[in-house]
Amino acid sequence: MQKDSRGIAKRKIEETLVLNLLRLSGLISIITTIGIISILGINSIPFFTEVGLLEFFTGLEWTPLFIPQNFGVSPLVNGTFLVALIAAGTALIFGLGSAFYLSEYASRKVRKILKPFLEILAGIPTVVYGYFALTFVTPIIQFIFPETIIFNALSAGLVMGIMIIPMVSTLSEDAMNAVPMSLREAAYGLGAKKYQVALRVIFPSAISGVVASFILAISRAIGETMIVSLAAGGKPALTINPLDAIQTMTAYIVTVSQGETPQGSLEYNSIFAVGLLLFLLTLIMNLIGRIVVTKYAQNYE
Amino acid sequence: MKENFFYILFLSAILIGIFSLVVLFVDIIFDGYKYLTWDFLTNYASRKADKSGILAPLAGTLWLIVLTALFTIPIGVSTALYLEEFASENLFNKIIKINVSNLAGVPSIIYGLLGLAFFTYTLSLGKSLLAGALTMTLLVLPIVIIASQEAIRTVQPSLKDAAYALGATKWEVSKKVILPHSIGGIMSGIILAMSRAIGETAPILIISSIVFITMVPSGPLDRFTILPLQIYTWASFPNDDFRAIASTGIIVLLFILILMNSFAVYVRFKTQD
Repeated sequence: MQKDSRGIAKRKIEETLVLNLLRLSGLISIITTIGIISILGINSIPFFTEVGLLEFFTGLEWTPLFIPQNFGVSPLVNGTFLVALIAAGTALIFGLGSAFYLSEYASRKVRKILKPFLEILAGIPTVVYGYFALTFVTPIIQFIFPETIIFNALSAGLVMGIMIIPMVSTLSEDAMNAVPMSLREAAYGLGAKKYQVALRVIFPSAISGVVASFILAISRAIGETMIVSLAAGGKPALTINPLDAIQTMTAYIVTVSQGETPQGSLEYNSIFAVGLLLFLLTLIMNLIGRIVVTKYAQNYE
Repeated sequence: MKENFFYILFLSAILIGIFSLVVLFVDIIFDGYKYLTWDFLTNYASRKADKSGILAPLAGTLWLIVLTALFTIPIGVSTALYLEEFASENLFNKIIKINVSNLAGVPSIIYGLLGLAFFTYTLSLGKSLLAGALTMTLLVLPIVIIASQEAIRTVQPSLKDAAYALGATKWEVSKKVILPHSIGGIMSGIILAMSRAIGETAPILIISSIVFITMVPSGPLDRFTILPLQIYTWASFPNDDFRAIASTGIIVLLFILILMNSFAVYVRFKTQD
């Protein structure tokens, strides 16, 4: 029996060796997470001991690069959410419409042509969108609202929204496709029109997927960096006017990194504190998004 | 009436998305075609827009992608293989799975901070290609893992069962049945992950800062710049000529990405059984 196979002992050793090598690879992803949390934590401790959590969370001014330095993070958070809501709103309007069209109206052939085109939007580098916002969309906004300055939240938000359309569309369409045919047929059987089926049967049944796609879109927009760095400006501001210049958390990190900031300085540590807040915000949004999908997804089995 | 209204509403939603794409391409080509010459590809960056070129960032991008691929492919494919074939359903493996999908949602700039603090300073790699490639590896690893897992899952169970029935070990089945049958999906996943890496700007900007580099890197410990970072630098100059060459840079970047994506589609098509 032994003749035709390699030695059993040798194969066993090889098997154990491979198993442990593969397990080690799997471990790298866990080490990455631990690394992210501890790097952000360790580097922001000196920042928080010097500035204090109270000032960070309740201060209303963020002027770390001028004297007097202020480290109230609220203008950055304000700017971040202003852009993110414009982006997620834009993406929701066009993404949801696209999902209705692709799932309820388009023939298989049309869907097969249109969908890949729409998805190209998600593959274009963000720096390209930043350029587009700054040099194409901003002049149009300035034409409509002549008072607008070159850097504004609206331009960055709209362009970011276009970028996220495929994400919202795909997630919503998946949820719509999961609605069983029998529900549609029942509604059609009662004489419903196509738009009535879409709005009153499909939409309520797929609502969890739509809500999740909106939350994940916000999370995606919060973390986006290059579009806001190029088009939204570098001026932290507490404002809800989309035509104002603002600064997002990500854009602040970029501003500090552009210069050669000495390691260990307060400015250096401040980008880790902002990064930690950014990480926690996106993590929470992603978790909520996933819970909405799994918990409120209708079970049709 | 209403029926047509909603039909047009939904159709225009998707058409506006696609129309924006067309406008974006036309705008960039219109802005940038003038500077697209051979010199643009072979010159270094210059203080004069019409003398500037992208040789250094192009070389930096090439270096970065090769190094990133070198690290990403073995780790990513091994992790996918482990999760799909070797791991039992215990807590440890569940944590890895949840963790991989969570990592895919972490903003890229956070990876930049990780790379800056750990690779650049703790490991003293400085603002080098190696530090950039290691950071990029961590960033695209979840994409490679998830794509490879999907490819591995498509291998027919009957093929694996036949091999197991003949007495093959898990590693032998992986090596001789699973990997050969899923190589197409894995490769197109890798190419897509690399095209994501080519377009990423934020993490490299954090590690390398804005630099004026007029040399081609000669080794992994050299300083570097990459194409999207050069585009960002030019686009942020308040000067129309530099914005124009930023769009010329974008044309080159998009051309590379289209090439890679077509190759991924070709590979998938070619290896379908």
